[in-house]
Amino acid sequence: MREHIGNSNSEVLNQSVSKRDFLRLSAAFSLAVVAGFYGIKDVAAAEWKASNFNAKSLKDTLKELGAEGYTISKDVAVDSAEIAENGAVVPVSISSAIPNTEYMAILVEKNPNPLATAFTIPAGTIANIKTRIKMGETSNVLALVKANGKWFAASKEIKVTLGGCGG
Amino acid sequence: MRRMKQLVFFVLALHISIGLYAESNSLEESDIYKELIEDGNPAEFREMRGDELWHKKYAPNNVSLEQCDLGKGPGVIEGAYVELPRYFPDVNKVMDLEQRLIYCKTTILGLTYEQAVSSPFSIAGQSSEIEALVSYITAASKGMMMAVKLEHPMEKDAYEIGKKLFFYRAGSHDFGCVTCHSSNNKRIRLQNLPNLLVANDAQATYTTWPAYRLSQGEVRTMQHRIIDCLRQQRFPEAKYASDAITALTMFMAKNAEGGIYNAPAIKR
Amino acid sequence: MTQPMRIRAKLKGDEVEAKILIQHDMETGLRKTADGTKIPPHFIKTLIVKYDDKVVLESVMGIAVSKDPFLSFTFNGGAKGGTLSVTWIDNFDETRTDTVIVD
Repeated sequence: MREHIGNSNSEVLNQSVSKRDFLRLSAAFSLAVVAGFYGIKDVAAAEWKASNFNAKSLKDTLKELGAEGYTISKDVAVDSAEIAENGAVVPVSISSAIPNTEYMAILVEKNPNPLATAFTIPAGTIANIKTRIKMGETSNVLALVKANGKWFAASKEIKVTLGGCGG
Repeated sequence: MRRMKQLVFFVLALHISIGLYAESNSLEESDIYKELIEDGNPAEFREMRGDELWHKKYAPNNVSLEQCDLGKGPGVIEGAYVELPRYFPDVNKVMDLEQRLIYCKTTILGLTYEQAVSSPFSIAGQSSEIEALVSYITAASKGMMMAVKLEHPMEKDAYEIGKKLFFYRAGSHDFGCVTCHSSNNKRIRLQNLPNLLVANDAQATYTTWPAYRLSQGEVRTMQHRIIDCLRQQRFPEAKYASDAITALTMFMAKNAEGGIYNAPAIKR
Repeated sequence: MTQPMRIRAKLKGDEVEAKILIQHDMETGLRKTADGTKIPPHFIKTLIVKYDDKVVLESVMGIAVSKDPFLSFTFNGGAKGGTLSVTWIDNFDETRTDTVIVD
């Protein structure tokens, strides 16, 4: 009983350790890569690249993706509530009005590994996707878009607050 | 907007320093967040799991819970939850859903009490069967009106005891349920603190539990909610499926009378 | 063992709106069980959505995608009665495909 309550209920505690946990993340992550990921036969065309997900700063991630020369575009948008009540689940939608958008990614600047998820957009699919991500702390969230071989982006600060109760 | 930000800062600062709550002027951001998360509720998965478990045959008796009487006859789950807690003549006792499920697990399935209460809440690496069962059973009352009877003397007693517990202040912070839940427009950080003494707040709250808690990634039951409230009040740890929790549940369920049940919901 | 997804696909005008809710723990590798054992990282890496035989969305994910992942998007060229299928593969090499008929 004690551990149930301690484990599942200490919302404030869970939140406050999350940053520290995230910092430990990179180490655990690299080990996991060595241990398991090489075994995957990547049948998917959208390739899961460890180097993209393991990059530790926004700059390094952009470099891995080859997107360093991006330009800020008003045709790209990242939407979310300004304040997320819980960093474990932050609803985010990203969209691009740029024709021939072929790739979109969500990068969280202050997560230890900024790349959260990326999408390949075939012709006929609207470049507007809603998903839910984890954030270790308040951060700028970047929607990164590739269209016609060029990189574009938009950014928004999403604040992550500690929780109160469940309502 | 600027005022909102100032307010949020104020609330955070206040909370961090002395652990209190503040008057709320706007829950705008909170509402946006709610709208965004209502698109998909993983509680549906727990309902599906609960459906399987309800029909699953358990050792040692090799029977399922299908014959469990939740108050509307053996095996009837539709509308059972909106009439709980209730008096059960076979045990001469008022029970909430979880107490009744535990009773059925011991009498019908043949489990020991310890086995029946061994996993009340999901924890990392181990999901709770009772949370799934509660998700399934409560979902079968969706769209129905809260209709706790409060006719039998023991039901009335449970309500009165629940009321006493609600107003009872104690512990290191001289806290009680009443501290946070007896006036309008209060909040703790971004969460609205419902006034459980007025019908619309009591209805809106009671009819949306259990809920998938985004912060925990699990469906949490009313048992869990109350135990956690008592923990936050710095009360001694409440016993799972105890009569005290059923009494508090009875008090809140009656206050929510007339509300339309709509859970499992999704919450922060 | 994998668990079923919840997929909704609705025709709205010319576009099909797809909403996908997946049961997956998306473990970061940092959580521990009650007895202190570390839970290894376990997360979906790739996801493919097809309408009939045509790929309409591909995604790669890391551990920063929330538990029980949710995805919503729209695409052109779909019709009522068509089949939307979603396949994911995680870092344990587990995979699952679920389908739904567009309505």
